[in-house]
Amino acid sequence: MTDTATIKWIEVAPLSEFEVDGGKAVIIEGKQIAVYYFQDRDEWYATDNECPHQKQQALSRGMIGSDGDEPKVACPFHKKSFSLKSGKCLSGEDYEINTYPVKVEGDLVYIGLD
Amino acid sequence: MSTKKKLIVVGNGMTGYKFCEKFIEKGLSKIYDITVFGEEPWAAYDRVHLTDYYTGTSVRDLKMAPREWYEENGIELRTSYKITSVDRDKKIAYNQHGDEFTYDTLVLSTGSDAFVPPIPGVDKKGVFVYRRIEDLDAIKEYVTNAKSAAVIGGGLLGLEAAKAVMDDGLKTSVVEFAPRLMPRQLDDDGSNMLKSELEKLDLDILLSKNTKSINGNGKVTAMEFADGSILETDMVVVSAGIRPRDELARECGLTVGERGGILVDETMRTSDPSIFAIGECALALGSIWGLVAPCYDMADVCANNLLGEEAKFEGADLSTKLKLIGIEVASFGDAFGVTEGAKPIVFHNIPNGIYKKIFISEDGKHLLGGILVGDAEDYNMLYQTYASKIKLPANPEGLIIKSDGGGFELSVLDLPDEAVICSCENVTKKSLIEAVDEFDFTQVGQLKKATKAGTGCGGCVPMLDDLLTAKLEASGKVVKKVICEHFDYTRQELFDLIKVEEIKTYPELLKKHGTGSGCEICKPLSASLLASIWNEHITKHSNIQDTNDKFLANIQKGGTYSVVPRIAGGEITPDKLIVIGQVAKKYDLYTKITGGQRIDLFGAKVEELPEIWKELIEAGFESGHAYGKSLRTVKSCVGSTWCRYGQQDSVSFALKVENRYKGLRSPHKLKGGVSGCIRECAEARGKDFGIIATDKGYNLLLCGNGGANPKHALLFATDLDEETCIKYLDRFLMFYIKTAAPLTRTAKWLDNLDGGIDYLKEVVIEDSLGICEQLDKDMEKLVDTYACEWKKVVEDPEMIKKFRPFVNSDATDDSIKFTPMREMKKPANW
Ligand code: SRM
Ligand SMILES: Cc1cc2nc3c(=O)[nH]c(=O)nc-3n(C[C@H](O)[C@H](O)[C@H](O)COP(=O)(O)OP(=O)(O)OC[C@H]3O[C@@H](n4cnc5c(N)ncnc54)[C@H](O)[C@@H]3O)c2cc1C
Ligand code: SF4
Ligand code: FES
Repeated sequence: MTDTATIKWIEVAPLSEFEVDGGKAVIIEGKQIAVYYFQDRDEWYATDNECPHQKQQALSRGMIGSDGDEPKVACPFHKKSFSLKSGKCLSGEDYEINTYPVKVEGDLVYIGLD
Repeated sequence: MSTKKKLIVVGNGMTGYKFCEKFIEKGLSKIYDITVFGEEPWAAYDRVHLTDYYTGTSVRDLKMAPREWYEENGIELRTSYKITSVDRDKKIAYNQHGDEFTYDTLVLSTGSDAFVPPIPGVDKKGVFVYRRIEDLDAIKEYVTNAKSAAVIGGGLLGLEAAKAVMDDGLKTSVVEFAPRLMPRQLDDDGSNMLKSELEKLDLDILLSKNTKSINGNGKVTAMEFADGSILETDMVVVSAGIRPRDELARECGLTVGERGGILVDETMRTSDPSIFAIGECALALGSIWGLVAPCYDMADVCANNLLGEEAKFEGADLSTKLKLIGIEVASFGDAFGVTEGAKPIVFHNIPNGIYKKIFISEDGKHLLGGILVGDAEDYNMLYQTYASKIKLPANPEGLIIKSDGGGFELSVLDLPDEAVICSCENVTKKSLIEAVDEFDFTQVGQLKKATKAGTGCGGCVPMLDDLLTAKLEASGKVVKKVICEHFDYTRQELFDLIKVEEIKTYPELLKKHGTGSGCEICKPLSASLLASIWNEHITKHSNIQDTNDKFLANIQKGGTYSVVPRIAGGEITPDKLIVIGQVAKKYDLYTKITGGQRIDLFGAKVEELPEIWKELIEAGFESGHAYGKSLRTVKSCVGSTWCRYGQQDSVSFALKVENRYKGLRSPHKLKGGVSGCIRECAEARGKDFGIIATDKGYNLLLCGNGGANPKHALLFATDLDEETCIKYLDRFLMFYIKTAAPLTRTAKWLDNLDGGIDYLKEVVIEDSLGICEQLDKDMEKLVDTYACEWKKVVEDPEMIKKFRPFVNSDATDDSIKFTPMREMKKPANW
């Protein structure tokens, strides 16, 4: 668990800007972060936008879904999948991406950075 | 201070790695602290699949295990460390910097190097070996400035290397000293067959050639042979065998073989009982074993001996199967029939490039070995029949000649329990069956993960597949190709469900018939089904589309997209050509004439796509659907309007056909061609549908393609008028769309269709299924509802918004980098 006290919440954009059952990229101080929204589970996730495989800023353009109970995203380039909870690669490789907390207040979406 | 003994492993190749795995598995870490030294900068990687690295797989993907694996298991791995000497009395190993490492037990797994014969000139620039990642990097760099290459060595590895450089576009020759290819595996007839098949692919094969010198001023320009002939070449790859790396063993006075290799006994001990040698560096039972399976075996034997258990290396079978440029070659057991009384059975099909020879025992009861060229589909079963000594039937020719009903059908389930299915990992049929029973596996992936079978050279994977299917069928479980974990249906079943229940969206489908949140397999598949059933705008389902369909453009290296406007039949006016030029110039796009008779503009940023398309659409262009599983192009030749041989106006007909089917969504992409006469300049026979003009009308040919597995289209009907031709095409396409599995091109679909082209004729021409009226209606509806999807986007500000790279900023994505190339640009390398 991340210690909530140290998280800096950054307002990124209104709800309506995000994709239902998909991802969108935001940029915060030059860093690209991908934000995903699952309508059926009503869950939000955020990760690095960069896919560690070939270092492409691409994950927000990938398809989201589930592997068992684990929510995931598949990179559009070579379909490596990553858990949106742990950031671990689910395609059997030792890649890992950073994940970030997301919260929705009113109709605004916030990303938590350390 | 640890009280454990110290074990040092020198060499972190495939064998060294396998030893580590066994070390952990067998609990040796309770007795030893282990340190592994590897001279290469990477942790052990899969050398067997090195060619995959050449064709684009990353080092990371090739790794046997990530570094964390070593850490987690308490193995100290030191790469870029070369052990240069060993003081056996003091039991100290030294590295290149003179650092000292004490040991109680030393394991040498130093592998081998490529053997480079002492030919004058081998040290010239442009001469390479094919063994390590660095070698491949060096070759890859050099080929960009070379037009031709020669490979010395026509064995297994030489041919593999030749394929790699040939695929890079070089004119390639293979130079072999022996009078035949793969001399250790093939006989003369087998070699001849392989040679002529390889020559058909433009690979030059020179046999009985003794290279006298490699010539050139500083860098290679030619090879000269003992018979006086000369071969001009820009580079040379030497693959003339392996040389065990025994230099460290020699340095410290261990016994080595006369022709190299560290001498070991059956327990893998060298002449010093505290030092073991395993893998390709070891001379065991009088031989150097140059395949992974025996090397892995040695690692296992060594680990057992360290545990104090008696284990012996007993040698191994050198059976191999490989696929060279699409030509299968295999040899197993006594491939040359040297066993006393061995009787050969030969099947020789020269036009189809197939040669099979097997040897059976004198009493006709057992299979001794054999050679397969051109068709090695039955290799696994034949190998098992040989290895498990299965009793042969009265007509053993059925083993290699498959006449209807006459074949000898052996099921995997008939094999004895001890049959070794995966020889790399030594996994028996019994342990596979047990794994399936215990864990209720339904997918090969699960079985591989649990038993490691199929993770070495991968040759047994088809057999694992058969075993699993047979097992599931035998236990009464229906084996159906379900889509993924989220839907327990086949594509066909989902198609029917969507249609019958009038399901219009993916969430609705998932809720009614699926589980979880879907994935990258079922989402695009459902998108394609929804689109082909309801013919709605593709962006309506944008979040279940591949990124290409989502942004209506193909994503390319670096994350930019390409733009391909439709240029039906390849016909374009000067004004439209100018517009393409102007747009490309304005947005600084790389332009190229494609293989499909149109123009591709590369390097557009996602936010530029709507503006670019707006300009193109204003000039009268439409989407070319280069991003979708849909109709691409209908290629044409000039035909009777200009060409002196033309029989019909092929351009006009191509335009008509392309415009009729544009936008059509299908299981895979579709391509067509219309040629004005039998000279076939539009290459129509290489297309999903090809139309070739005759003096009376058109011949229609179906189900061909280029691509990875080229197939010529088959003649379907002759001398048709345009209307009938289109009627048949409508039905054929609709029938294909409704029944083909996802990502199945028409050729493969036809292959799987019982009755083949004749059955297709019955369905389409004679309406044997009574569905033609429906097919006609369905196609008419699709044609009537066509609309250019890009036009819809550029007219809708809400849709345009989707193309912004960031939702919280109007910034452009500055991680995208280009480098200049020939007055245009290309994406920076990844
Ligand atoms: C641009 C082009 C190469 C060129 O520079 O000429 C090209 C480029 C691509 N081809 Fe192709 N193919 C191109 C003509 C061909 C041809 C030749 C032809 O159409 O006459 C073939 C062989 C003929 C055939 O398909 O039967 C061809 C066989 C493939 C295949 C293999 C298909 C197969 O069944 O094996 C793929 C992979 C796939 O579709 O899964 C592929 C896939 C691709 C992709 C989409 C790969 C990708 O995902 O990035 C490339 C996208 C380029 C882009 O961004 O626009 N391309 N490709 C050609 C575009 C034609 C057009 O105008 O639409
Ligand atoms: C292109 C190619 C294709 C192949 N295809 C097949 C196939 O299809 N099927 C098959 O069965 N086999 C195949 N092989 C053979 C297979 O790769 C080898 O049998 C296997 O790699 C042998 O493993 P090894 O660990 O004994 O040797 P290696 O993989 O050579 O590893 C030895 C390692 O030890 C290191 N080393 C050496 N000396 C020292 C030192 N003094 N200090 C530190 N480190 C040292 C080396 O740098 C190397 O990394 C292929 C080989 C190649 C090159
Ligand atoms: S354009 Fe076609 S052949 Fe060329 S690299 Fe891409 S997919 Fe391969
Ligand atoms: S770049 Fe993401 S999978 Fe290759």
